Amino acid sequence: MHTKKNVNTFPRALEDEAIYIIREVAAQFEKPVLLFSGGKDSITLVHLIQKAFYPARPPFAMLHIDTGHNFKETIIFRDWLAAHTGMQLIVRYVQQSINAGKVTEETGKYASRNVLQTVTLLDAIEELKLDACIGGARRDEEKARAKERIFSVRDNFGQWDAKKQRSELFDILNGKINTGENVRVFPISNWTELDVWNYIKEEALAIPSVYFSHKRNVIERDGMYWPHSPFLNTTKDETVFEATVRFRTVGDMTCTAAVLSEAADIDTIIQEIKAATISERGARIDDKRSEAAMEKRKNEGYF
Amino acid sequence: MDILKIATAGSVDDGKSSLIGRLLYDTKSVTKDKLEAVESISKRKGLSFVDLSLLTDGLIAEREQGITIDVAHIYFNTENRKYIIADTPGHVEYTRNMITGASNAETAIVLIDARNGVWEQTRRHLSIFSLLRLTTVFICINKMDMVSYEENIFTTIKKNAEDLVEKINFKGKVVFIPISAKYGDNVVSVSANMEWYKGETLLNYLEKLPVHEMDKKQPARFPVQLVIRPHNDAYHDFRGYAGKIASGTFAEGDEITVLPSLKKSIIKSIHRGEKKIAAAVAGESVLLELEKDIDISRGNMIVAANNNYKLLTNFNATIAWLDDAPLENNKTYLLQHGVNSTTAKIVSLNTVINMKTMEENKTVTNFKLNDIGKISLKTAQPVFADDYNDVPVNGVFILIDKFSNKTVGVGFVEV
Repeated sequence: MHTKKNVNTFPRALEDEAIYIIREVAAQFEKPVLLFSGGKDSITLVHLIQKAFYPARPPFAMLHIDTGHNFKETIIFRDWLAAHTGMQLIVRYVQQSINAGKVTEETGKYASRNVLQTVTLLDAIEELKLDACIGGARRDEEKARAKERIFSVRDNFGQWDAKKQRSELFDILNGKINTGENVRVFPISNWTELDVWNYIKEEALAIPSVYFSHKRNVIERDGMYWPHSPFLNTTKDETVFEATVRFRTVGDMTCTAAVLSEAADIDTIIQEIKAATISERGARIDDKRSEAAMEKRKNEGYF
Repeated sequence: MDILKIATAGSVDDGKSSLIGRLLYDTKSVTKDKLEAVESISKRKGLSFVDLSLLTDGLIAEREQGITIDVAHIYFNTENRKYIIADTPGHVEYTRNMITGASNAETAIVLIDARNGVWEQTRRHLSIFSLLRLTTVFICINKMDMVSYEENIFTTIKKNAEDLVEKINFKGKVVFIPISAKYGDNVVSVSANMEWYKGETLLNYLEKLPVHEMDKKQPARFPVQLVIRPHNDAYHDFRGYAGKIASGTFAEGDEITVLPSLKKSIIKSIHRGEKKIAAAVAGESVLLELEKDIDISRGNMIVAANNNYKLLTNFNATIAWLDDAPLENNKTYLLQHGVNSTTAKIVSLNTVINMKTMEENKTVTNFKLNDIGKISLKTAQPVFADDYNDVPVNGVFILIDKFSNKTVGVGFVEV
């Protein structure tokens, strides 16, 4: 049997499309920002943004909505990336929204700040007068996201109305909005998890260490391995133990589960994903709250 | 690896969701957790089968009503290609969403129920794919298992569909495949039940379909998105023009003309990110540097010198109307052609097609939602479009309502 070349390599047309979208944002909006979560998708976007404007500096700042429940590796990486690229880093804190009495901390063993960050985000959009926020969401992640446009218009309250979405024809992007509205832009809408990893490999992008196999204290809950941290409320019968794990998706420590893995390099990670029987967001506790968890959060202004 | 974008059309009853489910399942593209979720919901709803449409109908309203309302994007891979399916609704009242979904597709799959044959909906779907100039359409005669895999039934439906294709003057290639999405016959694996069928499986055809071949051969068109001026020490006098090549090929040393100024220059270099490349083709996002510094701004177009370009201010177009508020004569809209925008005024409404009967009506008062027809318009500034038949990618535009900012229509240029 002959071996085929280019097996599962990255489709370059996806890069062309993403760069085109990013350049449209720079041209059509006055104050765009990149929503940076510290995950692989937003890291990929930083790289695409640099390419889109080279040899000029990227004209966007990075905005991080900090829940205070991050992996410390993510924060170290974020600060390094901002310094490395010369992009301005703006941070807004969920803790400040809590202190101001705008949101109330959840209680119980499933308590998370995932939902709370929407309020902090909407406040930041208003404060900074942002008209476009670029995000790393992909349509293959979740079925409500599979329906969202590349230029997704949000009303004065940041809300998504699935029934009122604009038609998006060919590659023509209509970013016209009224004052107070804003647009969420998703340049890697058409990428899959595997595309992102192949791109990270081919472009030799640096990513936070939590994506690779490491030893970590975890608890087992609902058939998933939750990272043990001061932010996680545990019950008496849940015991902490050490396991060799990695994270397939990185969000808050309270809403991202680890997978048992020995994958210590990109090639092994790619092999692991190709063989996986569980989807990427299968490790996202925030999506499991109900079948329409994502659509409901988007309606409230979540990205 | 290249990408093939496919549009699917048909109603739930034709087995469209089963076909997509089958493609995902047989190419091992559905993960266990997603499949289990669909199984448990199907059971909870009291269904006797696994409803694969639950994989794609992502909105609460769609699941409530059991229909596809908006376009869903579905992804799967084989060893040599990435596939993106735009799953579009089949009902006449969602024609708008079907056009939207199919606008980015290179090919389409039309489903016909072997028990029912060709009907009104098939005609409408083929007409839309014809309007969008798809080069190949696959007509899958589904549910062959329910007609005992009879060759005669397939042949009769094929004959009827061929007549229809001729009648609507569809210029692309049409391929007929007898399938059973439910049992997988001729979808990914060859059917053991239809030895009389000598063609290939659907997936085999898709794997071999050439992508974007035409775009590369067409006249060179480069819409300028941005002017890049770094103003730093290393690139003090650098001036680059950023954009995605719409059609054709650009190479270092090529002579070019800038629209609308008609100034000429020569391509000094082409950049893709940090890399310099000798030539770039349709679809590539690049940066062009020219020999001479000339006045070029966003919305201008760089074309191969003397290459049959047009500066249009008065022209005809076929319009598909997408808004609840009708298109009225004498109204002005914002016209966006690629990355270039200008004000446009509707000069006359010429004909409208009834989407139910496909008849052309010459007395037109206005265009309602989902209407397709012909209009004349004029623009404040020239539009650098080609005839949609010659260079499809450069022959389309959208109309934007100046008050709501919504995209209200899509147009196909005729010159």
